[in-house]
Amino acid sequence: MIRTVDELEKNFQELSKMARGYRMRILVCGGTGCIANGSLEIYKKFKEVLRQKGLYTDLELIQEGREGTGVAASGCHGFCEMGPLVRIEPNGFLYVKVKAEDVEDIVESTVIKNEPVMRLLFCDPAEKKHFLREEEIPFYRRQTRLVLKNCGKIDPEDIRDYIACGGYRALAKVLTEMTPEQVCDEILKSKLRGRGGAGFPTGKKWQQVFSQDSDVKYVVCNGDEGDPGAFMDRSVMEGDPHRILEGMMIAGYATGAREGYIYVRAEYPLAVKRLQTAINQAREWGLLGKNILSSNFDFDIHINRGAGAFVCGEGSALTQSIEGFRGMPRPRPPRTVEKGLFGKPTVLNNVETFANVPSIILNGAEWFSSIGTPESPGTKIFALTGNINNTGLIEVPMGITLRQILFEVGGGIKSGKKFKAVQIGGPSGGCLTEEHLDLSMDFDSLEKAGAMIGSGGLVVMDEDACMVEVARFFMDFTQRESCGKCVPCREGTKRMLEILEKIVSGNGTVEDLELLNELAEVVKTGSLCGLGKTAPNPVLTTMKYFKEEYMAHVIDKRCPSKVCRGLARPVINREKCRGCGKCKRICPASAIEGEAKKPHEIDQNRCLRCLACIDACPFDAIREE
Amino acid sequence: MEKTIKINGREISFTNERNLLEVIRKAGIELPTFCYHSELSVYGACRMCLVEDERGRIMAACSTPPRPGMSIKTHTERLVRQRRVTLELLLANHDRECTSCVKSGSCRLQELARILGIKNIRFGQKKGRLPIDDSSPAIVRDPNKCILCGDCVRMCEEIQGIGVIGFAYRGSEARVTPPFNKNISEVNCVDCGQCAAVCPTGAITVASHMEKVWNALYDPAKTVVAQIAPAVRVSLGEEFGLKPGAVTSGKIIGALKKMGFDMVFDTCFAADLTAVEESHEFLERLSGKKRLPQFTSCCPAWVKYVELNYPDFKDNLSSCRSPQQMFGSVMKGIYAKKLGIDPEEIFVVSIMPCTAKKAEAQREEFSKGGIPDVDAVLTTQEMARMVREAGIIFDEVEEMPFDMPMGFATGGGLIFGGGEGVATAVIRTLGREPVFRTHGEGGQIKTAEIEYDGKIIKTAAVSGLNNAKKLLEAIRAGKEYYDLVEVMACSGGCVGGGGQPQPNTSDARESRKKGLLGSEKLMQLKSPAENPIIKDLYRDHLYSPGSEKAHEMLHTTYRNRKRIDGEICFSEDIKKAGKVSVKVCVGTCCYLSGAYELFSALKEIANEEKFKDRIELSATFCLENCAKSPCVMVDDTIIGKATVEKVIDEVIKRF
Repeated sequence: MIRTVDELEKNFQELSKMARGYRMRILVCGGTGCIANGSLEIYKKFKEVLRQKGLYTDLELIQEGREGTGVAASGCHGFCEMGPLVRIEPNGFLYVKVKAEDVEDIVESTVIKNEPVMRLLFCDPAEKKHFLREEEIPFYRRQTRLVLKNCGKIDPEDIRDYIACGGYRALAKVLTEMTPEQVCDEILKSKLRGRGGAGFPTGKKWQQVFSQDSDVKYVVCNGDEGDPGAFMDRSVMEGDPHRILEGMMIAGYATGAREGYIYVRAEYPLAVKRLQTAINQAREWGLLGKNILSSNFDFDIHINRGAGAFVCGEGSALTQSIEGFRGMPRPRPPRTVEKGLFGKPTVLNNVETFANVPSIILNGAEWFSSIGTPESPGTKIFALTGNINNTGLIEVPMGITLRQILFEVGGGIKSGKKFKAVQIGGPSGGCLTEEHLDLSMDFDSLEKAGAMIGSGGLVVMDEDACMVEVARFFMDFTQRESCGKCVPCREGTKRMLEILEKIVSGNGTVEDLELLNELAEVVKTGSLCGLGKTAPNPVLTTMKYFKEEYMAHVIDKRCPSKVCRGLARPVINREKCRGCGKCKRICPASAIEGEAKKPHEIDQNRCLRCLACIDACPFDAIREE
Repeated sequence: MEKTIKINGREISFTNERNLLEVIRKAGIELPTFCYHSELSVYGACRMCLVEDERGRIMAACSTPPRPGMSIKTHTERLVRQRRVTLELLLANHDRECTSCVKSGSCRLQELARILGIKNIRFGQKKGRLPIDDSSPAIVRDPNKCILCGDCVRMCEEIQGIGVIGFAYRGSEARVTPPFNKNISEVNCVDCGQCAAVCPTGAITVASHMEKVWNALYDPAKTVVAQIAPAVRVSLGEEFGLKPGAVTSGKIIGALKKMGFDMVFDTCFAADLTAVEESHEFLERLSGKKRLPQFTSCCPAWVKYVELNYPDFKDNLSSCRSPQQMFGSVMKGIYAKKLGIDPEEIFVVSIMPCTAKKAEAQREEFSKGGIPDVDAVLTTQEMARMVREAGIIFDEVEEMPFDMPMGFATGGGLIFGGGEGVATAVIRTLGREPVFRTHGEGGQIKTAEIEYDGKIIKTAAVSGLNNAKKLLEAIRAGKEYYDLVEVMACSGGCVGGGGQPQPNTSDARESRKKGLLGSEKLMQLKSPAENPIIKDLYRDHLYSPGSEKAHEMLHTTYRNRKRIDGEICFSEDIKKAGKVSVKVCVGTCCYLSGAYELFSALKEIANEEKFKDRIELSATFCLENCAKSPCVMVDDTIIGKATVEKVIDEVIKRF
């Protein structure tokens, strides 16, 4: 139980000393990706092997002045492509693709002899060399990890680890040294902008809630990360839950709220579990509840699990959902800062936004605004997925170029293929192409380019991707996830999808493209909430940058990337064809004709594009065109 | 200082308008909407009322408050295109069988398509059809015609406080439905029809009795008798271009006669009779014989609401039948004999502003030997449709008087059609004239106090079931006390009924009520007690108010209809003379411990000869004795870990 600021400071000193008290500490990544690859067995194996060898020590024993080797399951390290990951402290070795069988070796060489296990070190395919320490790996080198600072380095299920890293000292600072107005000012000065996508100045939002005259106010954390391919918030919730709690508590103090809600998708069971553990521990330690740190500040946090509707990431739908109603956005005004949760003034920020707060308070607004660009300071976490070598979670300063992200952090396109586009911001975002490679990644530059940072999903596509199909994929997602309330979004996205389906199946016309464009404008301008307003972005940007691909689909009836099955045309090479008739016999549409021993021909009008003939041909004479 | 905004370049001043839409309409500009209703919360879903500001930003007028100095445009090229495409999208997804739709001609979608000049729908017709729900006696739901404006949902929830319909599914699969896709008859719908009254399309319509009535009219063996509710005469004219409140009784009677009705009577006569019976009952209750407050029972939606949601208040409902049913009972039970016609050959048609009356007429309490007292109920809208179908030019119909004797009514009976009317008529019968004043926040409840027999009698009148719910809760909590409470399910009373012409706005309701009060002024007799025909009726047939005969013909009983799930009803008033009450708990715990099997076994035993009519078996909700489940309650004794033998032993002890 920590009752005062002094006690917190004492605990910080002791715990950080204790953390240093380990001779060695093994951190097995306990992020969802690594767990899926078996990291929990590795964690158990380490404990077992260390116990057998009498090397295992837990924190309690260190308290008594003993040293030894500790094992902890940490949050996500971000380098999911290479998981399961194991990090050794204090020497900073990072082992990749570790298996349970490797545990004995690691203990033998590293724990006992302090030597690295070479075969488990990361080997960069480009630089053809092994990297001993995490920090040296190119994937990490370009990163600035502020929000993810602790992720992968602490045990997220142990509050002591967080306190040992200086946790809750920012809270102590605001409670003892700052007035709520000062906190709002500090955040405003830092120019922190909402990391949920829109980039609204956080300090301004807090000031607005602060100035509302209401005895009850709420702080709500949006952890309803629903974009396909995005897992930034999940990793923070799983890897450093207390940082979010601390951010929310500071927001509560700054705005006059006494209660907070975290809205997490039920599909993130690990995040829910770790947040709940964190809340319970914070309550036990007196850091949540009544009279926190003897400051007369009361604050408590509840978790609300969302049922997985994408639209519940929209502010007003989210609050509706917490209140127990169907998650449907409502028109604004009134805004959430005026009438949010239960009709009360509400601070609604995203996980990453709250996670930024403690460092800003501790290090000051100036420090924060020195990172990134002047108008979009700080860092941004991106989930890097798709056809890229280093998939995973990265945190980079705002203003970094797309080229740096893709080719330095991401290690370039998979299999040496050519970069084609990147979809940024998930289904609400747009695609960026080669011409944007040197674009500064910040809120304003991206908006100008017709895209948005969104929550931070980056789906990389190589030359083999069909952009029409990509647009269809995202449209399929948004039209399914539309809540069905407003007409443009409900009916418009459905019809846009219909047109896109028509195009990829080879039945599209030039008029369809015009209609698609018209619909996109109507949905964008007319929709009630952000989901609908941004839903046409993938279509609009792909149509803008890849117009020729659309035209090829509708005029030439051809998919340049050969992705769209409906447009694939089998063509017989007359020189290779021996007229064996195998293709003719297998064709379900009787579309192949030709006399025996003479080159056959395919009637494209009858062809069903099943491509069975290609496999049937023993002479490799049929090719898809 | 005067606040102004610029609309299409013109300065328009505004005061306390809540949103841009109201200011724009005040400026004489019509913006199309589907989902905006001044009485409901702002929903902002149809996206038809979009406007553009000077910076080219587009916003929905319904959900944007006016700010002084704003400059907006309402019909720019962009906005017009936006509206057209939005409407086109709606039409594409809509059942386009317009010519055969009941709503054709009064459909808002059709109207806007015409106004916005939609000539071509570039999208294919929606695939697949959802089933039509015609399970309710009052309304028919056709989800294929729904445009998801949510008006019905908000009406049901916000004004009526019932909420039996809501949204389900996402995206283009979204639909309005009762929970778990049940039929509307399987949920707590009270048949008020307000959903149909606000539906802009044919997605919710009133269950039609028109064909039944035509068949009766075509049948030469039938004597077809009509009764006209008070609220109909002040609203039917709206269907023929007259203003709300215009009194058209004479023309309605004339039109009905042209259509072939043999006799046309006035429901106001029956309302007089109701007032006499109800005031007698009220005096009985005042003297301590029965529970107070007395709730009026004229509104069948309200009666059903109490039965479903507040069964503990059902004994507070006046046992008097509604005027519609009193009329039916007297018509078939007394006047049929007088006229020398077999009741089976009489076909009683009520013309009502109400959809719940359709359900009321079908209640089993209101038929004798399989013959209902009221055979068909037409709403005001149906009546107008029949007039048109019959080729009658309403404007030119010669006015006619009601037939006697049941065509004679007093002012008390006439005002039943508007709010506070029933309570006023009941008090008036006691020789007092109440003056109702608004009471409490928002003025939703009207109250009056009168002095009677040295006591102060407190009465309240409320309309809109959500307001009624608040009042009931206040009464239950002991925060409010009244002796007589009038409740009308629809806002404004019967003049605002679910079967009234559209638009059924608060202005229209006000005007209709004014029309009623205006014609009441012309009536010589004001108190139902003075009605000479009713005096004759008592003298010749019913003896006196509250007599045994009057009870048999004019009163009814109510049921507890609170549901567990669809089929099982449990009843609290089981303890009848000589019977042992056996209640089997079917709460979750008991259910899992075999309560259902136990119930079935007991049911068989209860039907055996020796137990027949001696066991009153019922299922009940959780007895809160889960640890000892299954539980059975025999009279007041709870038997834990019940078996058939244990229960029967306990029952036999009581014989």
